[in-house]
Amino acid sequence: MYDRHQPEVTPEHKEFLKRVKLKKVSVLTTQILILVLFFVVWELAARYKIIDAFITSQPSRVLKTLVNLYARGELLRHVGITCLETVIGFTSATVLGTATAIALWWSDFLAKVMEPYLVVLSSLPKIALGPIFIVWIGAGPAAIIVMTLAISIIVAILEVLNGFLSVDQEKIKLVKTFGARKLQVFTKVVLPASFPTIINALKVNVGLSWVGVIMGEFLVSKAGLGYLIVYGGQVFQLDLVMTSVLILAIAAAAMYQGVVYLEKIVVKNRYEIKE
Amino acid sequence: MENAVEVHSVKMKYHSLNGEIDALEEIDLSVGRGEFISIVGPSGCGKSTLLSIIAGLLAPTAGYVLVNGKKVTGTSSEVGYMLQKDHLFDWRTIYGNVVLGLEIRGDLTPENAGYVQELLKMYGLYEFKDKYPNQLSGGMRQRAALIRTLAIKPDILLLDEAFSALDYQTRLAVAEDIYSIIKKENKTAVLVTHDIAEGISMADRVVVLSRRPAVIKNIHEIKLTCSNRTPLSSREAPEFRQYFNRIWKELDVHV
Repeated sequence: MYDRHQPEVTPEHKEFLKRVKLKKVSVLTTQILILVLFFVVWELAARYKIIDAFITSQPSRVLKTLVNLYARGELLRHVGITCLETVIGFTSATVLGTATAIALWWSDFLAKVMEPYLVVLSSLPKIALGPIFIVWIGAGPAAIIVMTLAISIIVAILEVLNGFLSVDQEKIKLVKTFGARKLQVFTKVVLPASFPTIINALKVNVGLSWVGVIMGEFLVSKAGLGYLIVYGGQVFQLDLVMTSVLILAIAAAAMYQGVVYLEKIVVKNRYEIKE
Repeated sequence: MENAVEVHSVKMKYHSLNGEIDALEEIDLSVGRGEFISIVGPSGCGKSTLLSIIAGLLAPTAGYVLVNGKKVTGTSSEVGYMLQKDHLFDWRTIYGNVVLGLEIRGDLTPENAGYVQELLKMYGLYEFKDKYPNQLSGGMRQRAALIRTLAIKPDILLLDEAFSALDYQTRLAVAEDIYSIIKKENKTAVLVTHDIAEGISMADRVVVLSRRPAVIKNIHEIKLTCSNRTPLSSREAPEFRQYFNRIWKELDVHV
């Protein structure tokens, strides 16, 4: 029934809520502790020469590198370029992937024809196409974005199409009893019912887009985090490599959280979770 | 007066790579205006196929169907269809769900919207119109699904196992509820069910189909001695058992 709010909270229930909260807090505390411990051990091990800081770097040197990069005004430039390439690659892969999935859903014939090609393209290591893109498009940001697109679009197509195809046939039958045409079947049922799947595809794609961008930057670029990593490796500056990897981790996590936030506003408001 | 539905020598064959399946052999049936018909039959005998053909969702291999004297060529607003589950869309409010049919037909006029509001008021869902389906009980959801069907003002309601997704108690209550609404709105109804008791309790006539390929085995006129007939009071009537046993024997169920 609808009436689900009980006005009174019993002591037992309070106790239960307290336990749930306590558990949440202890999980978070442990997570933070692990992170802190990792950096402390790393720093101490390097300082007392247990590990060679020349090849492993150490947190204090990472911090110094970070400050240096920032002071020279290079930090924001590199991070900005990489993030921009990722966002463009990610967005275009999502838009083009969804559009292709719609076409394949629409035409069963087209889907059947395309199937073997999609399978091959999906299992092909896209990095192998890198040199082709560079020759065709030139060694620059455009090639990096195309690389990103190549890596994430196939997954986007397959995930979204899968979402479209797993929509309950009975729901489709329902709108057909009202005389819905194919476009209406799509806009009234298939697309809204697939929103959660599409968001999930986006989550996978965020990760893949970062892979694409960094690979692209390894191959061609003169700027960006991927460039810093490759350059640092070549000149044996592990401080630079470690610093870039850490920034990359933070940026990737931030973008993932962005998609989670998008999910909250797009999906959760309209598909209230069943209790 | 003409019949609401007339089914004329309808045959249905399904084709698959493994061969042909004869679902319906030769079905002739007419449903009078305001009549409540139940169709029972062994599972997989083509009951739902028959309903889909009447609704215009499927074209029969041979034969034809008349609804209000006109030949069925596709779906129309004269026929409303209720499926096994309510299939309310989680992403729409109750109001958004009940106007779905009107929206698809492009008939969401202020007048029709007003009619929907009235239906919601009359059947106690008005205060829930801005809620989402998962905030409603199973019975209320089924009622919302019925209002969604009634909103397009059909003369004939087709109920395809419309209660079988509910648990037993809810099912009895919802059958009672839906029956009274159908009678109040003076609609013709065809119910497909595998539940013999449910079929008898609601119907003026019970049609028994044979195993596939289905033909009509028998049609039972249900005459019960009870005043103020509802599905629940029908079950109390002395003749109820006899009808049940006769139909049960005809269905010839082997486990």
